[in-house]
Amino acid sequence: MSSEWVIDAHGLEKSYGSGTSRFDALKGVSVQIAAGETVAIVGKSGSGKSTLMHLLALLDEPDQGTLEVAGQTAKSLSKRAVNELRNKEFGFVFQQFFLTPNVSVLDNVILPLKIAGMGGKERRRRGMEVLTQLELADKAGNKATTLSGGQKQRVVIGRALVNAPRVIFADEPTGNLDTATGAVVEDILFELNRSQGITLVIVTHDEELAARCDRQIYIRDGLVVQHTAARSAAHSAAAPTNTEAHSAAAPTNAEAHSTAGGAA
Amino acid sequence: MRTKDLIISAISNTFRSKLRTTLTVLAIFVGAFTLTLTNAVGAGVSQYVDAQVGALGSPDVFIITQASDASTAGDGPVKYDAASSASVASQQGPPGTTTKALTDADLASIANVAGIESVDPIRAVQADYIESESGTPYEFSINATSAVTTADLTAGAQLDGSASAAQLVLPDTFVTPLGFASAADAVGTSVSIGITDILGAKHVVAATIVGVSLESLLASGAGANDALIAELADAQSGGIDTAVTSYGVAVAHFDTALSADGITALKADLASEGYTASTIADQLGAVQTVITGIVGVLNAFAVIALIAAAFGIINTLLMSVQERTREIGLMKAMGMSGGKVYTLFSLEAIVIGFLGSALGAGVAIGLGSALSAVLSRGLLSGLPGLNILLFEPASVALVIGLVMLIAFLSGTLPAQRAAKQNPIESLRYE
Ligand SMILES: Nc1ncnc2c1ncn2[C@@H]1O[C@H](COP(=O)(O)OP(=O)(O)O)[C@@H](O)[C@H]1O
Ligand SMILES: [Mg+2]
Repeated sequence: MSSEWVIDAHGLEKSYGSGTSRFDALKGVSVQIAAGETVAIVGKSGSGKSTLMHLLALLDEPDQGTLEVAGQTAKSLSKRAVNELRNKEFGFVFQQFFLTPNVSVLDNVILPLKIAGMGGKERRRRGMEVLTQLELADKAGNKATTLSGGQKQRVVIGRALVNAPRVIFADEPTGNLDTATGAVVEDILFELNRSQGITLVIVTHDEELAARCDRQIYIRDGLVVQHTAARSAAHSAAAPTNTEAHSAAAPTNAEAHSTAGGAA
Repeated sequence: MRTKDLIISAISNTFRSKLRTTLTVLAIFVGAFTLTLTNAVGAGVSQYVDAQVGALGSPDVFIITQASDASTAGDGPVKYDAASSASVASQQGPPGTTTKALTDADLASIANVAGIESVDPIRAVQADYIESESGTPYEFSINATSAVTTADLTAGAQLDGSASAAQLVLPDTFVTPLGFASAADAVGTSVSIGITDILGAKHVVAATIVGVSLESLLASGAGANDALIAELADAQSGGIDTAVTSYGVAVAHFDTALSADGITALKADLASEGYTASTIADQLGAVQTVITGIVGVLNAFAVIALIAAAFGIINTLLMSVQERTREIGLMKAMGMSGGKVYTLFSLEAIVIGFLGSALGAGVAIGLGSALSAVLSRGLLSGLPGLNILLFEPASVALVIGLVMLIAFLSGTLPAQRAAKQNPIESLRYE
């Protein structure tokens, strides 16, 4: 089943505001993500990476373009189906921790399960399982605010992981962390991909992190400027070779390449 | 999210900002406290009046007087007619008006009205004293309408209207002075009633105590059955059969099976004959209306306090929504529907409402019961049977329910705001 899982986006456009304050954050982006892949969305701040990730994760709707998730057109899905999809199949690591203060680590981790309507006992069992996996079992009862940055981010990953998702979307997962703890968090994410086959979509401006991914999608000013081909390490059977067609549609000016290179 | 989890989350969220919740709850507390107390006062007084007046009156009785048309200003003096107006103005009407008294001819024509089963004049008798075997006489008065009313008994039985023996229902304040050990002890004993006739001669009439009653607001004095009233009236008249017998008030019995409409029609019939008829319920109604009015005004103040508290709830929850923007965004990103978010915040409003109202009602009941006990022994001891604050479970529940409803309505605006939040906007929120 998971091998068929794919996100297929064509010509995504998204603008914020209207009139003179209108800002085109995405100007026609096509992306495909196969099951089990690790994909980095790379670009400078304000290039539209988060906007793209939000569209791919069905957190927002594009103004133009089509999006297919597991063969289903996103537009055809009901609100409830979209909620269900995000709740059951996706895990999120946002730019900030977004941990609920004054609530225990365990309660933070099991929030998606609570929303899913899982029973209290089962929820706690699953939550402890994830915390043990992340070596945070001894912190389960602590308030989230008492943790260090690295621990917090591990809790956030636990929360993204607790519903056994097919895809984890991570927006600058190491942006808030020092290099050492950032590396630990990266290792955890890639280990999840290796051992559980969870697809990773990582938004970053960190070239090193991007390089650890199977594939990199470079974005600048709302356009894809460069796709790297899938490496042999890609678990997916469906090799995303047709992406070249869309990157060709984007203006491949000299500046675009220099940006990609400059970010390295 | 399960309903149980929603409720638990709502409760724990409520206590996250303790000071803010406490202040909001306090505002609701004041409203709920006041509303519970005013309702209790209303219920307490109503119950007292019901007991005092309701139990007194038989449901099938009219109190009949002459319609006071003759005294209406503007018509000028009415010509005297020995047959019809042969009576003095009595003191039965309200102050400032005069009412013609009823004559035997009036009684006959009232009796002729279809639907009236019997008419009895109320004869006022002025007793001087009552004396038991112990020997000390005490000043004493007899309630003229006692024959048609039901006394609030502490011992013995009601008066028997058809009995030929003279019967008396003694107010319980007379029990000890007359030398009886207890109310029950007084029942069955014989007492003497002194009365002065119109010529100044003293007479003594014997009567048997059949019951002892609580002093009542609306019917003071002892109760006497028809036989005793007749004996006293005869004694009072001094053996002289006065040419004109006139009565201020007559009591008419009508068919108990008569519907409310039938009673209204009968009243109209009597009115067309020139008589004013009112049932005990009518008279009770007037008292009740006043009390309901006062309680209504007090309740209005309490509701105003609650409306002020409602703005407190709105404010608290709006702040809470603002503060928890990211949390709401996160929950929505994780697949929580807008409906569930709405429910969560509505429940928080209801929890605040419940806390305030339950505390308010609880403290009102506690303080009120204590106050009521103190008052009935002190300030209000002259009104036995009055429970000034009566907390009825149904009305307390109603107050709590009402406050929770107000809280829910106050919560709709903030809850809507939370439900409508775009998860992306919320997560970007810095
Ligand atoms: N809600 C919004 N309203 C207006 N402009 C926005 C909004 N969200 C994003 N933008 C703009 O869109 C552009 C892309 O934003 P984003 O996708 O967050 O970039 P990145 O994640 O690559 O830093 C930025 O210039 C940002 O200012
Ligand atoms: Mg971003």
